[in-house]
Amino acid sequence: MSQVLVLVDHVDGSVRKTTTELLTIAARLGEPAAVFIGNGLDNAAGTLAEFGATTVYKVEGEGLEDYLVLPKAEALAAVVAQASPAAVLIPSSVEGKEIAGRLAVKIGAGVITDAVDVQAGDGGPVATQSVFAGGFTVKSRVTTGVPIITVKPNSAAPEAVAGAPASPEVVTVPVTPSDLSKAAKIVERRPKEKSGRPDLSEAAIVVSGGRGTNGDFSPVEALADALGAAVGASRAAVDAGWYPHSNQVGQTGKQVSPQLYVAAGISGAIQHRAGMQTSKTIVAINKDPEAPIFELADFGVVGDLFTVLPQATEAVLKRKG
Amino acid sequence: MNIVVCVKYVPDAQAESRFASDNTTDRAGVDGLLSELDEYAVEEALKIAESSDGKVTVLTVGPENATEAVRKALQMGADEAVHVLDDAIHGSDAPATSLVLAAAVGKLEHDLVITGMASTDGIMSVVPAMLAERLGLPQVTLASEVTVENGTVRIRRDGDTSTEIIESSLPAIVSVTDQINEPRYPSFKGIMAAKKKPLQTWSLADLGVDAGDVGLGAAWTAVDEIAARPPRQAGQVVTDEGDGGNKLVEYLAGAKLV
Repeated sequence: MSQVLVLVDHVDGSVRKTTTELLTIAARLGEPAAVFIGNGLDNAAGTLAEFGATTVYKVEGEGLEDYLVLPKAEALAAVVAQASPAAVLIPSSVEGKEIAGRLAVKIGAGVITDAVDVQAGDGGPVATQSVFAGGFTVKSRVTTGVPIITVKPNSAAPEAVAGAPASPEVVTVPVTPSDLSKAAKIVERRPKEKSGRPDLSEAAIVVSGGRGTNGDFSPVEALADALGAAVGASRAAVDAGWYPHSNQVGQTGKQVSPQLYVAAGISGAIQHRAGMQTSKTIVAINKDPEAPIFELADFGVVGDLFTVLPQATEAVLKRKG
Repeated sequence: MNIVVCVKYVPDAQAESRFASDNTTDRAGVDGLLSELDEYAVEEALKIAESSDGKVTVLTVGPENATEAVRKALQMGADEAVHVLDDAIHGSDAPATSLVLAAAVGKLEHDLVITGMASTDGIMSVVPAMLAERLGLPQVTLASEVTVENGTVRIRRDGDTSTEIIESSLPAIVSVTDQINEPRYPSFKGIMAAKKKPLQTWSLADLGVDAGDVGLGAAWTAVDEIAARPPRQAGQVVTDEGDGGNKLVEYLAGAKLV
């Protein structure tokens, strides 16, 4: 059985959930193999094995972290040449998609981005995408070259493999970043303050605020914390400077599909719908009974978020005891 | 400083988007416009050109009505426009689009190539990376601030976990986000002036690109199935009478979400 490569998304060896989702998808298509770039494989190897990776390609090279995506695309191309995989799965992050784009041109292979599901098919992996603001579902496949597919978070439930070996076989792949790949260099990195809340793209629950907050996100944050949720914001709230752009949900922000999406004081313009329409359950709170968000909501409350959210927060905390 | 801005003519996101019978995006029978996210790229190019006595050439690949996209950019203040128009391009995927763009950029003088962060129709965000790969240029993408000095471009990128400052030698490909600036509206004077600005139309033959390498037939991916998502059924809506928050949580509890 051919290997299916999964590019590992990690911070110093702490593996992000999307990687375990991708390994689970890879097992449907072939034999999962992880591609690990950077430091901390010792921390990651156990998790990678647990979720089905039998082989880890450990890419080693000077300064891979200091440059943009090109050295990673070059490294992945080297692993593809060595492993002749049946497919390459990459997380659908900003960086992941750029790596996929450069890799595709480099190895002459088709690329599908933002898949929400991938299944084995007669002519290779079949990827499902949600397009036109979630209005259509499209199934497509790569017809030329090794299929490269970027997969969105929450596209599969990670499944640990029973009886998996404690550690995978590690194959070291030495790479030398090209001169071109060193042309764009990260000269400074300022870490952001951690909110302590779950990552917006991966969270199971998202509570978002919009224009209706009038700039006061405290009731939104309080409900989010009671639910263990991430906080999102509409473009109107971000443009007004009320919340950081990294929390924007919508066409030009994050596209999320959590189990539960709570929209507070958000009218539901197409730009916002594009980012949350595929959520499993949608709950809306808005003063305006005509707000289009109610057309999407499984449950809606017409009311003032400044009274509804605190009451809901209290009720959630009471239930949780 | 010669700046090339790549722009796309897209179906209006506020209107209904649909597919044509060959499973490509219907671009002929719908209202289109310059992709909103490309306006930020045009604006940034104009700002850089204004401070460096530079020239801005706007480039598009698309069907006949895509001329409207470059015209809007000319009205905003771009100096020249190129429209790559060829029936064989219809149905091109991202790799083929980047092939055509790369050939066109290669014919133009370019110190800096600027694009938007994504098109508002496909939203793949891969073409800038592919274009950089094809041209053999460095890419610095998703800039929320750009400065050009002494043959170096420096950008700020606001990521989820950190803010990065990235530098690259020129020429380079830069993509910009919708946080970078406030695109200007064309002035009356700009609209009048645009009518006299050079707008060239190039075919694949002009670019030396083989028609067999682009278009639907040469795509490296195939769409097998398209289904309209059934509209979400509007659920229960209650009016808050002092117990709206409690009712909300009762609903969540019933759905086992709390």
